[in-house]
Amino acid sequence: MLHGFMPTILNGMVITLAVAMASLCIALAFGLAGASAKLSKSRGLQRLAATYTTLIRGVPDLVLMLLIFYGGQTMINQVAPKLGYDQLIDINPFLAGVLTIGFIFGAYLTETFRGAMMAIPTGQREAGIAYGMSKPQVFLRITLPQMVRFALPGFQNNWLVLVKSTALVSVIGLDDMMFRAGLAAGASREPFVFYTVAAILYLAITTVSIILLRGLETRFSIGVKMAKL
Amino acid sequence: MNVDAIIESMPLYFNGVLTTIKLLATALLVGLVFALPLGILRASPNLWIARPVWCFTYVIRGTPMLVQLFLVYYGLAQFEWMRESALWPWFRSAWFCAALAFAINTCAYTTEMLAGSIKATNAGELEAARSMGMSRATVLRRILLPSALRRALPAYSNEAIMMLHGTSLASIVTLMDLTGAAREMNSRFYLPFEAFLTAGAFYLALTFVLVSAFHLVEKRFLSHLRAR
Repeated sequence: MLHGFMPTILNGMVITLAVAMASLCIALAFGLAGASAKLSKSRGLQRLAATYTTLIRGVPDLVLMLLIFYGGQTMINQVAPKLGYDQLIDINPFLAGVLTIGFIFGAYLTETFRGAMMAIPTGQREAGIAYGMSKPQVFLRITLPQMVRFALPGFQNNWLVLVKSTALVSVIGLDDMMFRAGLAAGASREPFVFYTVAAILYLAITTVSIILLRGLETRFSIGVKMAKL
Repeated sequence: MNVDAIIESMPLYFNGVLTTIKLLATALLVGLVFALPLGILRASPNLWIARPVWCFTYVIRGTPMLVQLFLVYYGLAQFEWMRESALWPWFRSAWFCAALAFAINTCAYTTEMLAGSIKATNAGELEAARSMGMSRATVLRRILLPSALRRALPAYSNEAIMMLHGTSLASIVTLMDLTGAAREMNSRFYLPFEAFLTAGAFYLALTFVLVSAFHLVEKRFLSHLRAR
């Protein structure tokens, strides 16, 4: 089927998923840090986080990706000789892609998490402290479990956009699903067929994500009364 | 920072800004024109009407815009009938294909947005209009659309900004938009930081212009909803 290109495209799908998952981990870290900074009492941290989210959300993903990929490459190769390292270093497109996408979506998740954290009454955190819990304990035991429920709808949006953004890493040369579909399209001279295959596979990822996240949402909303009209 | 190279490349960037704005305006306009009727159909209680529209928006919203762009630009050229049709001169041009793909994409998102806003209309308003003797078409024109379109404005400003950023994909199909200009400068001078930071600054400026433009429009059309 499909001139035997199907296995390599499916392999590409694994890479696409790996990029998405790895960048999600980085984005979660940036998002939590950003949200905590925005809600912290320190003016400096608040400003830093505000600059981060404004700048990242004001510039296209592709431009940031090209900046980090090409710019990072130049910078490393300018700095490395000064540290006594002579060889030319090539940035791995997987790493560049994951770091960039993680960094970008950290900004979007910052807003999602900030909203979720604010949805939890301060009284609960105060009660935790009053019981003698440390701040990390309050976060892990009280804020985080309840935050998940409030963050899930926004998180679902962010995740779906993130998955679709990973298609851009093919532009900086990572052989993900999109890249391989392009190769197959060129070799077989049937671009419509192979880009349709890629589209169907992306749609499959999106659909499965939506179903899984809906399950999670039900799981985390146990014991919450739904408002009904 | 090599400021001379940036200054030397300014004409390149200004042309890029023009291309970006033209692409954005075309895509948003065409997308909105088609999203309006589709949004009304999508909000229909009749599933036979709403479902097909949902299918369209689901597929478009579930796949990357890059795939859609490649399907239009590279994909359609696969077919003999396409290459021989009268439309071929259009579909051969990267500009047309990019604008078309972006318009289809924004159309799907806008359709969902409008449908949501239409469904959220207060049922009492519509009942009142009907009991005043207005026909369904009149209700649509005088009551439903004016209020639904107004309430969709804040979400639409987000979509417009997403679309502005989306137009950067045009550089992948050889168009010289803002990102294309940055890539051209990078390959001419091999100064990636200068090239892409300048493009980023232009995009930020465009984003702020869009945001303030939408603020003005909201002030005009949503002033009755503002807190007093």
